[in-house]
Amino acid sequence: MELQTLTYIVVGSTFALYIGIAIWARAGTTGEFYVAGKGIHPVANGMATAADWMSAASFISMAGLIAFNGYGASVFLMGWTGGYVLLAMLLAPYLRKYGKFTVPEFIGDRFYSNTARIVAVICLILASITYVIGQMKGIGVAFSRFLELSFDTGLFVGMGIVFFYAVLGGMKGITYTQIAQYCVLIFAYTVPAVFISMQLTGNPLPQLGLGSQMTEGGMSLLDKLDLTLKDIGFKEYTTAVLGGSKLNMFVYTLTLMIGTAGLPHVIIRFFTVPSVKAARYSAAWALVFISLLYTVAPAVGAMARLNLMTTIEPAAGEQLVYADRPQWFINWEKTGLLKFEDKNGDGKIQYYNDKKGAKNGAGKLMSEIAAEKGWKGNEMVKIDRDIMVLANPEIAKLPNWVIALVAAGGLAAALSTAAGLLLAIASSISHDLLKGVFMPDITEKGELMASRIAMGGAVMVAGYLGLHPPDFAAGTVAIAFGLAAASIFPALMMGIFFKKINRAGAVAGMIAGISVTMLYVFQHKGIMFVPGTSFLMEGIGMGKNWFFGISPNAFGAIGAIVNFVVAYGVSSVTAETPKEIQHMVEDIRVPVAKK
Amino acid sequence: MTENNNAYWSANLKLIGICLAIWFVVSYGFGIILVEPLNAISLGGYKLGFWFAQQGSMYTFVALVFFYSWKIGKIDQEHGVNE
Repeated sequence: MELQTLTYIVVGSTFALYIGIAIWARAGTTGEFYVAGKGIHPVANGMATAADWMSAASFISMAGLIAFNGYGASVFLMGWTGGYVLLAMLLAPYLRKYGKFTVPEFIGDRFYSNTARIVAVICLILASITYVIGQMKGIGVAFSRFLELSFDTGLFVGMGIVFFYAVLGGMKGITYTQIAQYCVLIFAYTVPAVFISMQLTGNPLPQLGLGSQMTEGGMSLLDKLDLTLKDIGFKEYTTAVLGGSKLNMFVYTLTLMIGTAGLPHVIIRFFTVPSVKAARYSAAWALVFISLLYTVAPAVGAMARLNLMTTIEPAAGEQLVYADRPQWFINWEKTGLLKFEDKNGDGKIQYYNDKKGAKNGAGKLMSEIAAEKGWKGNEMVKIDRDIMVLANPEIAKLPNWVIALVAAGGLAAALSTAAGLLLAIASSISHDLLKGVFMPDITEKGELMASRIAMGGAVMVAGYLGLHPPDFAAGTVAIAFGLAAASIFPALMMGIFFKKINRAGAVAGMIAGISVTMLYVFQHKGIMFVPGTSFLMEGIGMGKNWFFGISPNAFGAIGAIVNFVVAYGVSSVTAETPKEIQHMVEDIRVPVAKK
Repeated sequence: MTENNNAYWSANLKLIGICLAIWFVVSYGFGIILVEPLNAISLGGYKLGFWFAQQGSMYTFVALVFFYSWKIGKIDQEHGVNE
C-alpha cells in the first residue's frame, strides 16, 4: 500500500483511540481534572508518567542529536533519566504526603506567602511554555513530512489537534490516554530499531547491537562509525565532547537532571497516586519505562548516522549521484529540512566537514583534499537533526507500515507531553492565581472554564514561538529544563530538607536563579527567543559561552546554585520560619504519624 | 519533632546519601570525569567509558530507585511510620 495512505490509516486509528479514551474518561470534577482523583496504580502511573515525560524531544529529536554528537549527546541520556533518581528520593514522596494539587500551592504554603506562590507560577509558566515550543517544533516536523505540507502549515495542524485534545480531557483523560500513547510510542520506537540492528549486526537487541560486530566487514559498529566520520573530517563518534569541554557536559547533565525533578508536569503525576509508597514506586516504574526507550536511543542514533553516510557514500571514494537519490531524500527535500546544493556542478553529493582546519583521520586538511578533488564545500547544506528518527526506517529501507508506525509514535510522544504541560500551565493559572490568590470565591465550574481558556492561550503562544524555535526540539526543551532547574527544584528541595529557609529567602532565591538563567539564555538566543534580539557583549568579555565555556542550554545548574546561595543568605538575615510551618515540614517528612 | 521521627529522618538521609553517591559515581564519575581512562577498556564492541555514559548509568539508575523504594519501605516499618 502507498505510504501516504498507510500513514493516514495508522495515525488516524491511534488518534481515534486516544480521543475515544479521552471521551470515556472525561473529567467531571476539578479533582479529576487536576489529579485524576488520586486513584492511579503505580505501574499505570509510571507508564503514564513515562509518556508524559518522553516528548517529541525524546522520540524525534534525541536520537538525531546522538547521531550528530556521538558521545557528547550522553548528557541527554544521563540527564533525562538521572533526574528520576532525585525525584524519587528528594521530592515525590514528600509532595505526595503534602497532598494538594499543584506545585505553586506547595511553595505558597511552605513559604507562607502568596508572593512565593505567584513567583512559582511565573517560573512554572516560563519553563512550561518554552517546553511546549520544543514540542511544537517536533509536531511541525512530523506533520510536515507525513501530510506533505510545509513546516509552518504542519505546525498549525498540530496546534489545532493539541488544543482539542488537552482541553477536553484534563488529568483523568490524560492519564489513561497516556498509557495508550506509551504503548504506541515504545512499540514504534523499538520495532525499527530491532530491524535495523538485525540488518547491521545480526543482533535483535539494539542495546547489544550497538556494541556488536557488523555483519559485513567484521568490524565493530562503533569503530566503523568512528572511522567513517574521521575520513570526512568529523570528530570521532565515541569521544566527541559536547560544547567543547567536559565541564560543559558535566554542568549540562546536572541541569537536565535537576530540571527533570523540577518540571511541574512531571511532579504533578506524583499527586495522582494513592500513597507515599506508591509515589516512590511510581517514580521507579516511570524510570523503567523511560529507560526502555533511552537505552535504545543510542543504537538508533549511531545506526541512523551510519546508514545516512553509506547512502551518501556507498563505498569509499564513491559518491551518490544526485539524480539517483533515493525516495526518502526527495520526500524530505520537500519539507525544506534537508537541502542539497551542487556547489561544484558535478551532479554528485559531497558530504564532508568543510569547517576551517578540519582534518581527516590521517591528519590531512580537508581543504587540501577538497582542492585536489575539485570539491567546493560541503554540499549537504542542511540536514535538520530532528528528521533523523522519522527518516531512519526509510533510509534503512524498512517496509512502509513501520514508517507509518513511527509517524504515529512521534505524534503520540509530542501530544502526550504537550497535553501534560498545558495542564500544568492551566492548573497554575486557574487554581493558583485565580482560586488561590485573586478570586477565592470562584465556583468549580468557573475554575474548570478558566483553566480551559488558559490552555487555549498557551497553545497559541507556544505555536507562534514554535515558528521560530530557538534550537532543535531537544535543544529548546533543554532550555526549559534550565529554567525549571534554576527556580522550582531548589525551592521544593529546600522546602522539604531545610526548615531554616524562610519566605524571604525562597522568593529571593527563585527570582535570582531564574533571572540569571534567563539573562544568559536571552543573551545568546534573543529576548523571548525572538530572532535578532540577542545581546552578547564581546567587548566586555561576554562573548559566546563566556561563563567558563558553558553553553546557554546548560546554564540552569548555575542558576540553581545562585538560587541556593541567595536563599540561604537571605534566610540567615531575616525572621525565622514560623513554628507551625516547621511542624508542617516535619509532618511531610514521614509517610504517616507513628501509630 | 519527636525522637522517633528524628531517628527516621536521619536514617532516610543516610540512605539518600548512599544512593546519591552511587548515582554520582556512575554518571558524572564514570560517564564524564573518568571517561578517557575507562575508554581504554573495552566491553564487547563498546569502550567502557562510552558504555557507562550511554547505557550503564541508566541501568544503575533504575536499580537505585527500586533499591531506595524497597529499603525506605523497611525503614518506614522499623519506625512504625508505614502506611
